[in-house]
Amino acid sequence: MDGALAPREHAAPRPLVALRDVSYEIGGRAILDRVSLEIAAGETLVLLGRSGSGKTTLLKLVNGLLLPTHGVVEVEGKPTTSWDPIRLKRSIGYVIQEVGLFPHFTIAQNVGLVPRLEGAEPAAIASRVRHLLTEVGLDPREFLSRYPRELSGGQRQRAGVARALAADPPLLLFDEPFGALDPITRLELQNQFLALRRSLCKTAIFVTHDVREALRLGTRIALLNRGRVEALAEPGEFVRSTSPEASAFLACLEEKEA
Amino acid sequence: MRSGLVGEILQLSGEHLVLVAAAVGIAVAMGIPLGILMTRRPGLRAWLLGFANVMQTIPSLALFGFLIPIPFIGGIGPHTAILAMVFYALLPVLRNTLAGILSVDPAVRESAVAMGMTENQILREVELPLAARTILAGIRVAMVTTIGTAAIAAAIGAGGLGVFIFRGIASVDTAQILAGAIPAALMALLSDGVFSWIERKFSAA
Repeated sequence: MDGALAPREHAAPRPLVALRDVSYEIGGRAILDRVSLEIAAGETLVLLGRSGSGKTTLLKLVNGLLLPTHGVVEVEGKPTTSWDPIRLKRSIGYVIQEVGLFPHFTIAQNVGLVPRLEGAEPAAIASRVRHLLTEVGLDPREFLSRYPRELSGGQRQRAGVARALAADPPLLLFDEPFGALDPITRLELQNQFLALRRSLCKTAIFVTHDVREALRLGTRIALLNRGRVEALAEPGEFVRSTSPEASAFLACLEEKEA
Repeated sequence: MRSGLVGEILQLSGEHLVLVAAAVGIAVAMGIPLGILMTRRPGLRAWLLGFANVMQTIPSLALFGFLIPIPFIGGIGPHTAILAMVFYALLPVLRNTLAGILSVDPAVRESAVAMGMTENQILREVELPLAARTILAGIRVAMVTTIGTAAIAAAIGAGGLGVFIFRGIASVDTAQILAGAIPAALMALLSDGVFSWIERKFSAA
């Protein structure tokens, strides 16, 4: 009986990504200041914050584009500093706002890039690319041989998601992917994101400055302010946050509804 | 007499073309790798560009004067002329390689890094293809100006169409001067045309 009352020793699954007391300084200025966060497999953590709050920097610390000046970032339990940098990046999908696609590659070449770098068979790459384009809502017959400049912003973003998914990575990073899109296209892509999450069970870290997007997509929201995590909560809780920065963001929400 | 002149024009044009091709070929073989190196080592940038700039400002006759007394690489003949022409052709190739690679959108480069491409793959598959047009434009400039500079090679016995021009000046014979100048001008126009065709090919791709 005692056992039931004692705090149970959960065999808690190891977090997929963990930041332990992480700072990132550049020129003596702290972009991130002693951030600790854990991201469990399967969740979508949204990093919400204004420009300059450090959210993109945090994302880049996860796939090793940047290395922490203090603290440790662990991916699959291993510090990013001891990963082979190329391996680490290839095992994480990355979606960037607007210009992630190579302008001189066709959509097929762009989406098939990482599998090709990994030495996959051309036939396997071709069928993977077709499958992924269909999955993100682009008709392969129409888009395979087009160049990024021949696509609309929304279509480019879909292709960017397909490219990030190409090597079937367990973790996906989204750096304000829908920021430059018109509201209708953005809503479509957000729905697509939710549908993909249901069907693929991926873990995602999603950067945005749009509080509505954060509430729609996140299973948890981390609010960043001047390099610190000011609030960390599930969406339902987040709307009741009272910290000054959270109130400022929630005020935009009411502004729009009014 | 007539056919003798035509024969000489053809022969000297051939020599001229060989001088230009050798000089531009060497300049490209040196300039592109050095240009790439400059994008990786900003510290080298000022030195190399400064060197190429200074070489550009030395009058070609003076440069021959400097090179002739140097053993092995200097002396009289085509190799000294080619060396001097390489120095002149280097700057446009170097500068355009640097500019072309630096003008690749940093977001595209960063996305290549984020995809897990190695430095080598980024260079071969992203930076060079995107910089190709600018680099080609630099080679085009090097080619056209070198065709002009090559005329001076005759001053140190390297042959080429300059032979006509120097002979014509010495004997105050306009026909001789034109026999050198017109083929050189045609050669410059032709190579300019060929390069603009190649550039169009690239931009279509």
